[in-house]
Amino acid sequence: MSHYSYIAFIPLLPLACFFILGLFGRKYFKTFSGTIGTFSIFISTILSLYIAYQYFFIEGKVNSVFQNIIAMKFTWLQFAPNVSIDMGILLDPISVMMIVIVSFISLMVHIFSLGYMKGEERFATYYAFLSLFTFSMLGLVLSSNIFQIYIFWELVGVSSFLLIGYYFEKPSAVAASKKAFIVTRFADLGFLIGILILAFYSGTLDFGTLIERLTSVQSPAFIEISSATFLGASMLTWGLVLVFIGGAGKSAMFPLHIWLPDAMEGPTPVSALIHAATMVVAGVFLVARLFPVFSIDLTAMQIVTWVGAFSALFAAVVACTQTDIKRVLAFSTMSQIGFMMFSLGVSKYGGENGLGYTGSMFHLFTHAFFKSLLFLGAGAVIHVAYSNDIKELGGLRKIMPVTHITFLIACLAIAGIPPFSGFFSKEDILLAAYHSSKLIYGIAVFTSGLTAFYMFRLYYSIFWSKDFHKHESSHGEGTLSMKIPLIVLGVCTIFAGFVPVSSFITSDGAPLESHIDMAFSAFPVLMAVTGILLATYLYKTQNNRSRIIASSLGRFYKIVHRKFYIDEIYLFITKKIIFNSIGRPAAWIDKNIVDGLMNFLATTTENISVLIKRLQSGKVQNYALYFFGGIIGLAALFIYLLK
Amino acid sequence: MSASVIIFYIISAFILVAALLAVTTRRIFRSAIFLLFTLIGTAALFFWMGVEFIAAVQVIIYVGGIVVLIIFSIFLTQKSGDEMPKPLRNRSVFSALALIFGFAFTYHLINGYGFGQTNLQPFNVKVSEIGMQMLSTKEHGFVLPFEVVSILLLASMVGCIVIAMKIKPVEEKADKEYFKNE
Amino acid sequence: MSEISITHILFVSTALFFIGMYGLFTRRNMITMLMAIELILNSVNINFVAFNKYLYPGKLDGVFFAIFIITIAAAEAALAIAIIINLYRSHHSIDVEDASELKY
Repeated sequence: MSHYSYIAFIPLLPLACFFILGLFGRKYFKTFSGTIGTFSIFISTILSLYIAYQYFFIEGKVNSVFQNIIAMKFTWLQFAPNVSIDMGILLDPISVMMIVIVSFISLMVHIFSLGYMKGEERFATYYAFLSLFTFSMLGLVLSSNIFQIYIFWELVGVSSFLLIGYYFEKPSAVAASKKAFIVTRFADLGFLIGILILAFYSGTLDFGTLIERLTSVQSPAFIEISSATFLGASMLTWGLVLVFIGGAGKSAMFPLHIWLPDAMEGPTPVSALIHAATMVVAGVFLVARLFPVFSIDLTAMQIVTWVGAFSALFAAVVACTQTDIKRVLAFSTMSQIGFMMFSLGVSKYGGENGLGYTGSMFHLFTHAFFKSLLFLGAGAVIHVAYSNDIKELGGLRKIMPVTHITFLIACLAIAGIPPFSGFFSKEDILLAAYHSSKLIYGIAVFTSGLTAFYMFRLYYSIFWSKDFHKHESSHGEGTLSMKIPLIVLGVCTIFAGFVPVSSFITSDGAPLESHIDMAFSAFPVLMAVTGILLATYLYKTQNNRSRIIASSLGRFYKIVHRKFYIDEIYLFITKKIIFNSIGRPAAWIDKNIVDGLMNFLATTTENISVLIKRLQSGKVQNYALYFFGGIIGLAALFIYLLK
Repeated sequence: MSASVIIFYIISAFILVAALLAVTTRRIFRSAIFLLFTLIGTAALFFWMGVEFIAAVQVIIYVGGIVVLIIFSIFLTQKSGDEMPKPLRNRSVFSALALIFGFAFTYHLINGYGFGQTNLQPFNVKVSEIGMQMLSTKEHGFVLPFEVVSILLLASMVGCIVIAMKIKPVEEKADKEYFKNE
Repeated sequence: MSEISITHILFVSTALFFIGMYGLFTRRNMITMLMAIELILNSVNINFVAFNKYLYPGKLDGVFFAIFIITIAAAEAALAIAIIINLYRSHHSIDVEDASELKY
């Protein structure tokens, strides 16, 4: 539909901003780059909101079912008459929701960074990278073709790499950016193979056609893909599981989660944007995009469910022991994404059974607000206290009132206390889990309790606990540009729960009526309140109770504190096994055989040339002799041989 | 075996022996004299062939001019009594081999060519005819090469003077000026 | 005279030519190289006259060529001596092995 073609501006404005700021920002614009970046994102946000309004309220529905609208499409690479990579923009409920989220959170982060990153030498570069990331993420959610989403997937990975490694003088930051990129790249290998499998059997790369071919049970593509098996599972399962592996890498699901805690080496606004609200939900978005196909294959759904649930529980347990603010928030993110993932896993397609899908997307929506609020608040705290460690913080509520209140609102939201937004989205998820599997429901409720516990542990340790000793050179709470996003996001966190998401976003497009089941919600809320009270008892004032509990758990506490030694296992595998058995021989071959061959050719040429050089002796009579010999030789040749 | 044949063989042997000695002897003055003998032998060959004018020109210019010039330059540049250094062994062997091979090859070609019956017409070379033809502009006239050769002689004279001229170094003059002012 | 065919004379001139070449390749003194060059030119002269006499007795072209060659040989010998004198001034030797500035 061509009259939606202004949608192309939404990702292209940040892209233009990236080029301008990247090429000219450092020299010509300097601190004005922040304003340029913020302004372009502001326009993208306005456009996204306008499109959302148009789509959800005016034009999107046909027969009260939301349609997938292809806004633009052009053929890029044609492989065969009916297989081609097209570049296009797809509008459907989740992509419209995502562009609103991405551009809005990006706007908040841009405004916050005006104050947080003030004084940085590479200020313009930072904004250029932020614009690149925003462009990549917007392109990812608007992709109409599975290969196009892969292209933007990689672009997002690159932007994340650039932003994590922003403080490149710190070796830990460089190592963290490398780790993030390599782990996600490794997962993307699975993603690519999954794409190829799905594309091979369905004969197309376009999302709409692919879903259509692989979900209608009579279509030849579906019959072929589900009958071909490999190691006992059908190719459909393999394709979907491999695609899910790619999503799991990006979304930091167990066991590909190792990069997310280390990614906190980047600047805090970057963590707010990328590692809380937008990039890490790309995996969830991918599964949601391919949800009709996923929902047919029960094995794949089981895997999604269990990976999500396990990641949620694992992260919540580890977060209880971490002492770095940002790492607690990182594990909290992993846990919440686990929630979104298993919610998709337990959902079915269509009608009431698709509640899990709606809950997952609703949670994605609300999580974006409160998690980025938490991270920005943490950024403000770090800005004041120059320290990430909660053991050194405390009593900040007296110095930073705005941050205190908004942080509290976000913690209440994430704990699932009504009437804040987290309660509504978690309720949908728990309801879907309850209808599907009681075990998953039990894990989910327990994890919710743990979530409330560790979040309030964090809250009390920062803002209550002990009194704060002011740093000599510390400044106040932060500039206005740092407070405004906190306030705006706080307001959104309070009211986002009241948005009737289920009438917009459902698994099959038809609106769903949702209702609050008070009796059902009582138990999870009770678990959350228990967690909050436990955290208050242990952490509100400075005391020994938490230390006593920790020492009584002894060995187990240590294992959890070291994040179950997963990082060490990975290091062992890569260093001892892969590097030694594959890396070193390959390096030896490269250095001695490949380079040796080239060097041999070079030295041989040199030796030959030294030999030839001696012919030029400078002696005229030698030259005359060669000349004469040549004449006789040529004469003999011509007369006798070439008659 | 008429007398002219025998005379021809004697003259040829004389030429070749003198030439060989000219290129192999180690004393430079002797080499010049052997060259002189070779040139005289060539003049004798010309006499035998009936072109007396060329023989006379050969004796006057080659023997009387060029060899004298060479002897003068020998005196100017070195002690002519000493022995010259021997040539490099490698070089003399290789060049001898190459040249013998070349000579055999060339002579084989010449032999195989088949020049046909010798024309029995007598060969009359009258000096007046040479003179007339040298300056004639008609067919078979050589006036143009004659003029060109005269220009060439002029050019070579000028060239010799320029090449062999001693150029006074400029610094001497400048130094003299400098010291004059002090 | 009738028994001496042209190939006999050509033998002499060819032998003289190659002897002159030997002198050119082997002699270290520049003046002796010049002498060898004169031998070569002489052999060419003999050739021209022989061809004129045996093949084209009606014309005089070979004779004229011989005259011109003698003239040019004289000019060239003079120039060669001038060059040798010049080279002697800069190298203080007329050994041709010493003039090897064209070496790599």
